[in-house]
Amino acid sequence: MQDHAQEQDMSAVLASFRERILQGRPLQIRGAGTKDWYGQAPRGEVLDTRAYRGIIDYEPTELVITARCGTPLSEIDAALAEHNQMLAWEPPRFGGAATVGGMVAAGLSGPARASAGAVRDFVLGAVLMDAQGEELHFGGQVMKNVAGYDISRLLAGSLGTLGLILQVSLKVLPRPFASSTHVFEINQEGALRLLNQSAGQPLPLVASAWTSDVLTIRLSGAQAAVDAAIKKLGGTELANADDFWTDLREQSHAFFAQPEQPLWRLSLPSVAPPLDLPGRQLIEWGGAQRWLRPDGAVDAATLRAAAQSVGGHASLHRGGDKGVGVFHPLSASVEKIHRQLKQQFDPRGLFNPGRLYASL
Amino acid sequence: MNAPAQPSFAPARQREVVDALRRAVPAHCVLFDEEDTRPYECDGLAAYRQLPMVVVLPENEAQVVAIMKACHALGVQIVPRGAGTGLSGGAMPIADGVVLSTAKFNQILKMDKYSRTAVVQPGVRNLAISEAAAPHGLYYAPDPSSQIACTIGGNVAENSGGVHCLKYGLTVHNVLRVRMVTSEGDVVELGGGALDAPGLDLLAVFIGSEGMLGVVTEVTVKLVPKPQAARVIMASFDDVVKGGNAVANVIAAGIIPAGLEMMDKTSSRMVEPFVKAGYDINAEAILLCESDGTVEEVEEEIGRMTDVLNASGATAIACSQSEAERLRFWSGRKNAFPAAGRISPDYYCMDGTIPRKNLAQVLLGIAEMEKKYGLRCANVFHAGDGNLHPLILFDANIADEFHRAELFGAEILELCVEVGGTITGEHGVGIEKINSMCVQFSPAERETFFKLKRAFDTAFLLNPDKAIPTLHRCAEYGKMHVQRGQMRFPDLPRF
Repeated sequence: MQDHAQEQDMSAVLASFRERILQGRPLQIRGAGTKDWYGQAPRGEVLDTRAYRGIIDYEPTELVITARCGTPLSEIDAALAEHNQMLAWEPPRFGGAATVGGMVAAGLSGPARASAGAVRDFVLGAVLMDAQGEELHFGGQVMKNVAGYDISRLLAGSLGTLGLILQVSLKVLPRPFASSTHVFEINQEGALRLLNQSAGQPLPLVASAWTSDVLTIRLSGAQAAVDAAIKKLGGTELANADDFWTDLREQSHAFFAQPEQPLWRLSLPSVAPPLDLPGRQLIEWGGAQRWLRPDGAVDAATLRAAAQSVGGHASLHRGGDKGVGVFHPLSASVEKIHRQLKQQFDPRGLFNPGRLYASL
Repeated sequence: MNAPAQPSFAPARQREVVDALRRAVPAHCVLFDEEDTRPYECDGLAAYRQLPMVVVLPENEAQVVAIMKACHALGVQIVPRGAGTGLSGGAMPIADGVVLSTAKFNQILKMDKYSRTAVVQPGVRNLAISEAAAPHGLYYAPDPSSQIACTIGGNVAENSGGVHCLKYGLTVHNVLRVRMVTSEGDVVELGGGALDAPGLDLLAVFIGSEGMLGVVTEVTVKLVPKPQAARVIMASFDDVVKGGNAVANVIAAGIIPAGLEMMDKTSSRMVEPFVKAGYDINAEAILLCESDGTVEEVEEEIGRMTDVLNASGATAIACSQSEAERLRFWSGRKNAFPAAGRISPDYYCMDGTIPRKNLAQVLLGIAEMEKKYGLRCANVFHAGDGNLHPLILFDANIADEFHRAELFGAEILELCVEVGGTITGEHGVGIEKINSMCVQFSPAERETFFKLKRAFDTAFLLNPDKAIPTLHRCAEYGKMHVQRGQMRFPDLPRF
């Protein structure tokens, strides 16, 4: 998929990345910058990954695509669409500019996450440039691979703190033969019960969203399975369903308006009861992801205690004052491993220092 | 090669370690007489044996912590062990080390229909989870063929798969939380009850770490609804390449089968007299293609699969008409290993994974190697995910045959790496494939694996000398790192 001249260009880009790393100054690894707002505030000199781009290999019948970190997701989507395939975890595209590297580093998954899996579930391999400027290959382009530690999956959601992600191989899936979206008027408690009970039955329930006493669900799969599920669950079919799910995935849904206002993400066991918190909630992932738009000031510690008490955690996803710590504090033993990992992988603190936790 | 391993430790050291462990756990949990430790000298890869100095069988997590601290203080190395069914020698003991068996951690702590999860101890057998979940209409999806005996702790260590993993995923996709103890005695919770946990995804890297990062004390698994129906198609092909292309065509048609397995003629002729599955022994390749789901869904998908297989040149097609027939079709595939044991005194099972498009090239290469090493090889193939299990048939009583089988196996793995694959899809590296790691990974990559280990196991006491070879070892092995296909296949993109 590439010619000799392009390969030479890419070698030059890699050489420039290596040079930057070997200069030994802290780097802010950045693709299109569509998620500059995510995590703790970026620090360090910008290292722009977008020149290192292009799909290296795509084998529809192997269900694998391999691309350089700077490749825009729009390019990936276009290639997959030609073969009726998709990124099943539905990562946000942010207008299509978002890059493959940023998508993996941020580790954000979309509406289908509860049924399809997360970014980490689809990462098959990665090439990492380490703190010595070495290119390291982990995993591969095959579904099953247990040779060595699974470092490529560890990179998903690492926010670039372990090294520069140069290239990734991702498992892709065929688009479903049929999809249908239905809405139900139901309160939060009823919606959570319906979603959890349905998930325990062989139903093609792929995505869900509840807010303001309306539950929207998407059924996808074989036509016969979708038809049978509709008969069983009922509800009213939603027109323009694709727009609805895209808005949700891109956080352009009305619930997410005013991005400078604090948006909390509560990641909980799906069976956690409704949490009585001041503000509006939008619930996805069958109950496992609950967005909160607090009314007025909210105490981070109170929110975190509420999430933790039901077995989950809370992060300040967007907006608000990052001073409270964006991500949920780690337990002492987990924090120790984080610190030791960072020390081993990036002893000079070059890669996205402080982006995940201030101490890393 | 099967001679009993000899003890090789200083008696004074053994006394010192036994005394320390007896302060950590009740006396009946510590084994050190040779007749008691002998059963622990090997795992499922019986060719590699080592008598351990001490075996310890803790009964609860506090005891695991105490054992780890005692061993840490004395600098004793520990090899964790589940059911010992592993096929790569990952649980092979260390001569002057301790084997920590999780056999007494055999309780299902919680089975919850509503949240579709089970909390189990590491010594619970894989199949026992599905059996306990069955009354709720749920099951645990990964089903390695040893599932009747292998334990979930071992599955976590190896990231075990099974015949359904193209559709349902591996252990890493089906485990939500692991509680484990580090070599320093820290209790660590990875993952949790939610779909993600704060910070780095340590759970993802812990799964498949072959007992080198921590000892598992508790696991929360995801349970999924049991499909209402399942049917399997058996298709014959007069050419393995056509069979391989048929697999690609099924995927290209947008179908993800619940199971997709291929057997070559040697394999089907090997199993048919043994299990009478009704296999077409004149076919060069047999494909088993399964659909599961709701009754309506299965009917629709079976129709679609049949069309694709016919269009791909299948010479015969049969679709299971009953559950009994479905199980009979599968029985041949599932009994491939025992069948190999029936026609050959010994067999050596390899576990490479390849991009499926290179199947013909690899099978051709294996056929050449059969001549070179003077040994037969039967090939069974998890065709959906590219995981190839060549079964090298040999007789250990004939001088040199095991050695030739080992060389044959290593050459197959090198070929897998050359065509862009990997040396192990699901059995793990353990001690068996440690030299082949030198072929797949560069010195800097292997050093990074050691860095990761040091972050979890600072003192390097947990199952050291497995899975990741040292620079020294690779120098002795003398085979070069295959530079991502640059050596023999310059146009091949590889990771």
